[in-house]
Amino acid sequence: MPLALDQSDKLIVNRLQRGFPLSRRPYAEVGEELGLGEQEVIERLRRLLDEGALTRFGAILNAPQLGGERTLAAVAAPPDRLEEAIEAINRHPEISHNYERDHVYNLWFVVSSENAADIARVIGEIEAETGLRVINLPTLEEYRVEFYYEFRVDSAE
Amino acid sequence: MLTDQERQLLLIVQEGLPLSPEPYAEIASRLGAAEEQVIETLRSLLERAVIKRLAAVPNHYALGVTANGMAVWDVPDERVSEIGARLGQRSEVTHCYRRPRRQGWPYNLFAMVHGTSREEVLSKIAGISRDLGLAPFPHDVLFSTRLLKKQGTRLRNKQATAIVEE
Repeated sequence: MPLALDQSDKLIVNRLQRGFPLSRRPYAEVGEELGLGEQEVIERLRRLLDEGALTRFGAILNAPQLGGERTLAAVAAPPDRLEEAIEAINRHPEISHNYERDHVYNLWFVVSSENAADIARVIGEIEAETGLRVINLPTLEEYRVEFYYEFRVDSAE
Repeated sequence: MLTDQERQLLLIVQEGLPLSPEPYAEIASRLGAAEEQVIETLRSLLERAVIKRLAAVPNHYALGVTANGMAVWDVPDERVSEIGARLGQRSEVTHCYRRPRRQGWPYNLFAMVHGTSREEVLSKIAGISRDLGLAPFPHDVLFSTRLLKKQGTRLRNKQATAIVEE
């Protein structure tokens, strides 16, 4: 069962995905915009983090500005070697994301590091450890990167 | 590129902002700095795009946004930039990239589309395909079946230490 957000939670989650004020009393400022009290914003935020509705609330860093490199990569793992391949991939701290998908190429992962040379090294290690060929699909052009997802607030709820 | 002071601040704010009425003052007291200085340093890091933003990151899976489709197309190279730019403008698309084709992987245009069910995601993609005239191009949608790892970009502590030791 998904966690249920009430209307005020959704307002907070939608608002705080967009950014947080740089002022002395930022929670009060956000609360004023949403028609909620400062303490209520803080308490709800604490609960949303505690129950796992939010993975975090803080600074989202920009990898390229930190001198980082990243790529999307995939392997086609046979079913009997899937779990072993997942373990071999996730073990590397340079793997930031890993998804299983319903395709012959069934493991899709992002390799990122502050050193470009790490990317090729990690891919080479994963190939050696799993015996599987890794396809490396670096970004050639970026058309959109938008993390915002709007949780629909409807007054009828 | 980053000063010592900026690194120390980033190490704190990447983990989370204090849940207290004056979060920047609280960070300042941890660093032995002034609140105004913390706010100005954060403003500078945001302006330089070292920090994308100070924000909440929802756990989409926990909130029922469980259908995550990676829509891919094989579009002729001479049209991919134009089509990608239009695809990237669609509100249903959260990420959109051109990537190389590889042996056994014929697709060069990628778009992520999310929703509460596969049907919803497929119907969003069908609408996009119709509007942009993508039907003639080879296409597939790869739904995620398990989230196996997810961690945001982090500055590592050892690095901050290394800089301090330099």
